[in-house]
Amino acid sequence: MLTLEHFLTLSAIMFALGVIGVLTRRNAIIVFMSVELMLNSANLAFVAFATKLGDPIGQVFVFFVMAIAAAEAAVGLAIMIAVFRNKKTVNIDEINILKW
Amino acid sequence: MEFTLTDLTHLLPIVIVAASVLVAMTIDMFTKEADKTLGWFTALSLFAAAYVSLFFVDKTGVHLSGVVASGGATNILHFVFTFGAGVVALISMEYAKKTEMRVGEYYVLVLSSVLGMMLIAAAKDLAVIFVGLEQMSISFYALAGIRRKRDKSVEASLKYFLLGAFATGFVVYGMALIYGSSGTMALDTIRYAFPDLVSQPLFVLGLALFVIGFAFKIAAVPFHMWAPDVYQGSPTPVAGLMSTVGKAAAFAALLLIFRPVFDGAENALFPFLAIVATLSMLYGAIVAIAQDDLKRMLAYSSVAHAGYMLIGFASGEATGAAGVIYYLVAYAFMNLGAFGIIAMIESAEETNLKVQDYAGLGTRAPALAALLSLFMFALSGIPPLAGFFGKYYVFIAAVEGGATWLALVGVASSAISVYFYLRVVVVMYFGKSENRMEYSVSNVSLLGVTISAMLVILLGVLPGSIIKLIESFVR
Repeated sequence: MLTLEHFLTLSAIMFALGVIGVLTRRNAIIVFMSVELMLNSANLAFVAFATKLGDPIGQVFVFFVMAIAAAEAAVGLAIMIAVFRNKKTVNIDEINILKW
Repeated sequence: MEFTLTDLTHLLPIVIVAASVLVAMTIDMFTKEADKTLGWFTALSLFAAAYVSLFFVDKTGVHLSGVVASGGATNILHFVFTFGAGVVALISMEYAKKTEMRVGEYYVLVLSSVLGMMLIAAAKDLAVIFVGLEQMSISFYALAGIRRKRDKSVEASLKYFLLGAFATGFVVYGMALIYGSSGTMALDTIRYAFPDLVSQPLFVLGLALFVIGFAFKIAAVPFHMWAPDVYQGSPTPVAGLMSTVGKAAAFAALLLIFRPVFDGAENALFPFLAIVATLSMLYGAIVAIAQDDLKRMLAYSSVAHAGYMLIGFASGEATGAAGVIYYLVAYAFMNLGAFGIIAMIESAEETNLKVQDYAGLGTRAPALAALLSLFMFALSGIPPLAGFFGKYYVFIAAVEGGATWLALVGVASSAISVYFYLRVVVVMYFGKSENRMEYSVSNVSLLGVTISAMLVILLGVLPGSIIKLIESFVR
């Protein structure tokens, strides 16, 4: 029997993997994929809580998150294309005129 | 869902800005790139929205099935966002012409980011905070990279995007945990259940993740690393917009979630807030000393200012909340003025940005030098200008809240920061000028900067009546 704890554990693991991905990977696209993993872990938590609470609001909010993640992806990938046209790379270690 | 005409009238500031986004897109189709119609349209509609938001300031209410609020502190913040962005639009016109920026997208994105900020400040529901936050942030990512042929601009844009999206991940996960532990997304329900909820670890963890996400947005140490790069690389008016009203919007979201704490609930995050505030104040002030680039210096100074404002949150007193709002207003106009002057002096190739480049400005452009000195004095917190009273109110709140040491750290950090602000003034009046720099002063930019200067002086001369006004709406 799957309980709320199972879902929360899975979502916490996904969130942690996302954070680790952002902090360790150097390719901008993979960093962005890790961010998407974080957002989806939150979606999983929302759906699990909504089912437990018997409340539809949490499930509806997931659609909000998905729609906004799509908008963010559109702008983010456009920015990456602009960077690639100028620098011929999207490795964040090589994008460093402004010092960190 | 109930939807009446009263809703629309009370939400008129939001409606004006939302309609302006659409009209601006239409105007862009019918005008040429060099045309200034769009700039004036943006500025005027923002000033109109600012005027209207003051009109409804004493009529509080909730609208649209209780997810959006109007009146009170919400409208004071709406005034700051729209008026500040209006000043940005004035500053942008000359800058856009000089740098051959694409103005169509630019003004539409400025308006759309302001709409996002207004939604955050009006939110009565976590979902509205999220939608507003993302509308503002996504517009900012694109604005930072609007000069897409320039390496610095797109680099700033990419860094802002990656770290901003990372922060969003924290905010959403925090919201999920808050929702799971409280069983609701409505801020009022959370507010009344808050004293019981703070004993649940899941709720406190959710709150902490939410605050960490917003600590990225306000650029507080240790979540500040994007700010110097982004402010330096973005077009100057955009950096002005992000560092002032954008930051104010993120603080507005924090004010909403901390509302129960200001009402007297236990401040579960006090150690976290106190540490972040201390680190931000000291790190920002000390590292700013070493900066030669003015925009980068102002970025580190904004990190320090985020620290001062966090003192207001750490104090957990109602006076702290009012102090933070006062500080936001004061900081927005001091910084906007400074960025406005930098935008005038900067050349199209992004030179003339070093402190040394300002040598001799005191004799060659006395008006600009005097205005920039005024903003530097205000930022460093010298009385009787706006910056001094902003700091005064948050420090007083810290003392009332029993965290006197935080106020002392704040005073020490202000003392350090006087050095790098006044260095600019000293270089302008006593420095030897080696290069004969070109700069373009337009009347419109000067108007924007002068409006900021007048507000900085006004806030400094009449702090008592303004703080009373804010306090009466915070309660």
